[in-house]
Amino acid sequence: MKMDMSQYLDVFLEESKEHLESLNQRLLDLEKDSSNINALNEIFRAAHTLKGMSSTMGFDDLADLTHHMENVLSDLKEGILPVNSTVIDTIFQCFDRLQMIIDQIEANGSGTMDNRDLINILENIKTGNFEAAATIEQEISTPTSVSIEENSSYQDSFAFNDYDITVLKEAASRNFTIYNIKIAVDQGCLMKAVRVFMVFKALEEDGEIIKSLPPAQDLDEGKFDSNFEIILISKATIIDLEKRLTNISEITVLYIQEISVDSLISQSNSAIMNIENKISKHSLDTMDSPRSHKVKQTVRVDIERLDNLMNLVGELVMHKGRLEQIGFSYKIGELNETIEQIDRISTDLQSVVMKVRMVPIEQVFNRFPRMVRDLARDLNKEVDFLIEGKETELDRTVIDEIGDPLVHLLRNAIDHGLESSQERLKKGKVSKGTVLLRARHEGNNVYIEVEDDGGGIDTNRVIAKAVEKGILTSRDAEQLSREEAIELLFNSGFSTAQNITDISGRGVGLDVVKNKIESLSGEIFVDSKPGQGTRFRIKLPLTLAIIQALMVSVQDEIYAIPLSSVDETTMITTTDIKMVQNQEVIMLRGSVLPLYRLSDLLSVPGLSEADDMYVVVVRKAERQIGLVVDGLIGQQEIVIKSLGRLLSGIPGLAGAIVAGDGHVRLILDIVTLF
Amino acid sequence: MEETVNLYLQDSYSQDNEIQVVAFKLGKEEYAVDILNVQDINRLLNITRVPRSENYIEGVVNLRGNIIPIINLHKKFNLQSEGNENDKRVIVFQLDDLKVGIIVDQVSEVLRLEKEDIEETGKVYSSINAEHIKGIAKVNNRLLILLDLLKIL
Repeated sequence: MKMDMSQYLDVFLEESKEHLESLNQRLLDLEKDSSNINALNEIFRAAHTLKGMSSTMGFDDLADLTHHMENVLSDLKEGILPVNSTVIDTIFQCFDRLQMIIDQIEANGSGTMDNRDLINILENIKTGNFEAAATIEQEISTPTSVSIEENSSYQDSFAFNDYDITVLKEAASRNFTIYNIKIAVDQGCLMKAVRVFMVFKALEEDGEIIKSLPPAQDLDEGKFDSNFEIILISKATIIDLEKRLTNISEITVLYIQEISVDSLISQSNSAIMNIENKISKHSLDTMDSPRSHKVKQTVRVDIERLDNLMNLVGELVMHKGRLEQIGFSYKIGELNETIEQIDRISTDLQSVVMKVRMVPIEQVFNRFPRMVRDLARDLNKEVDFLIEGKETELDRTVIDEIGDPLVHLLRNAIDHGLESSQERLKKGKVSKGTVLLRARHEGNNVYIEVEDDGGGIDTNRVIAKAVEKGILTSRDAEQLSREEAIELLFNSGFSTAQNITDISGRGVGLDVVKNKIESLSGEIFVDSKPGQGTRFRIKLPLTLAIIQALMVSVQDEIYAIPLSSVDETTMITTTDIKMVQNQEVIMLRGSVLPLYRLSDLLSVPGLSEADDMYVVVVRKAERQIGLVVDGLIGQQEIVIKSLGRLLSGIPGLAGAIVAGDGHVRLILDIVTLF
Repeated sequence: MEETVNLYLQDSYSQDNEIQVVAFKLGKEEYAVDILNVQDINRLLNITRVPRSENYIEGVVNLRGNIIPIINLHKKFNLQSEGNENDKRVIVFQLDDLKVGIIVDQVSEVLRLEKEDIEETGKVYSSINAEHIKGIAKVNNRLLILLDLLKIL
């Protein structure tokens, strides 16, 4: 199993830059007015989120520094520590350091930095020892020259992270051999990337390339001189590999050597030390050196502009439809040819614009298994992590925002929700806890659920804590229902964690989650059964989601039925219909299927005379129902639009779409239709 | 869509004591609405019926990608439809965040009204309930009823 976090790197970088920006702005505000509690709260949240994101991505130094920052900030917030210039200067320094690490991550894809100096200061501040903090600080601000050993030998350059090392150890234990291979591409070679590709292909026949130098992406783009190195795990012998490689023209194999895991690990440690040195130099005197272009270029666009674009494209398509009609009735050949071209372009344009907005939630979900694994290990818990419905597509705006809240909820589930293995065994559960992350469409909404089979929410402890924190009086507490008690969890500054861990339990979590979800005009619900587990359900509106729909016709009208509620379709004739207790039914594979005519349900004007009709078998709750329609038009990807304030809440209608011909078609909501 | 009335034909200097209105016929009477609320004037094309809605909702149309509900004031106020089917138009209004269209029998013209010519009264007889009316304007020999759009919806 190979996990690649690099695809989330862009998102991580973009998000962390945003957080840094707000951190900077808020710090300035705080400096101006040290009693500005809002600014302090914002800084705290930004630091907290950065901590979460960076530990998810495995940037431990970043997470560690933010964790210590958070400790100090938390005390400032509580008023235990005063907000003075030493503190603010230190936080500014931390901020600069965070910026450096993130720049480094952007340039190299990894960020390691020794932050002990700053952490020392932070710890001194936390214990109230401002003098000590101030002295250290001065030492730091006078830059000391760092001597750099320019050592470009290959061993120092491979940096292995924990994950790589685990993979290598695993490979060694399964009798795979680890090879270090160095290959030179001929100077005259025009397409270096192609040669690299062939080499990779030849080697990966029965092995896996763990690392390459330069990194694989640079190799792909041909960004290297003439030599490159590879770390390969494979079952093939040296002779075998050599034979395969010599078959590729325009390259020379410089060496293939077998290496042991231990030697690699020690090398990698020294490599890290070396990189650190280089980085401190980099940060001291070459801050403005050009960045490498490894990071994919993206542009963040205001979603409103996308909306406008979308509407304009819709309009274009509609008028194209009218042009087609004119061309058809006047039979002008040249015009028709041109219209065909326009047709092709506008269809492409439409799908591009729609796709721009929609992203499968996979992008967010895929970065969680790693986080859950690390978390479970840190907390010494056994966790079975399941993901469902990651192909569910969501609006880009939602995808961008939903990551943080989900991180919080998953952390909560593992840290607070699941009991330890011993405790579980004692309660007669399997020792391994289950955390389920699920996304699905339902009606006009997308639901994302985080479910655990842990101990459930202990409402007594919640209430006790709330009283202790002064959120409510003990008299009010007595009258609280279970639901109301659970609601308390979303109160700002609340936490039931017994001890503050690196992972969660500081009480920022749930209220941040709730704010975030609400800002996306969503809702969050909690179900919790004592002893059986907790489920957080996030409901998000689907204002602009693309879904698959079945288009059906009734008389002259056309409706869209979301494919998610359609089980099958079948054709029947009037003679197939039987009456049971005044209800039309048919027999479908031995079971009785109640029939409803769409024309009756929607009082469609006109009468259908045809003997043949179609039945769309839909699912409402767990029941199957047959919906009689006149014709099936086909399956289509549709963009759901709201019917607006004036027409909202009509039972049976989930929204509308603008069809390719410019007509508005209505989307049926199966749940409320009957 | 076709035949959009040119709203900017007259030079558009504005004075405080003057408003521009779009005048239209509905039943036997002539009405007017502030031009600043008017977004579009269209023929009655491609109206999609909305089942289970109020009977005065004629349906919805697509206007530049927006779904616009169309209100049939004839049905809402029990008016007789007058004039040629071909002259019927949909006037689409934008009121705050709400966009909505009404069906009218004929769009007559764009007019400037002196504010002093407008009588702010709800007591004038008209087929539409008095509460939906902002006032009455006298232009030459014509009487224009100024509609209060928000109250109609």
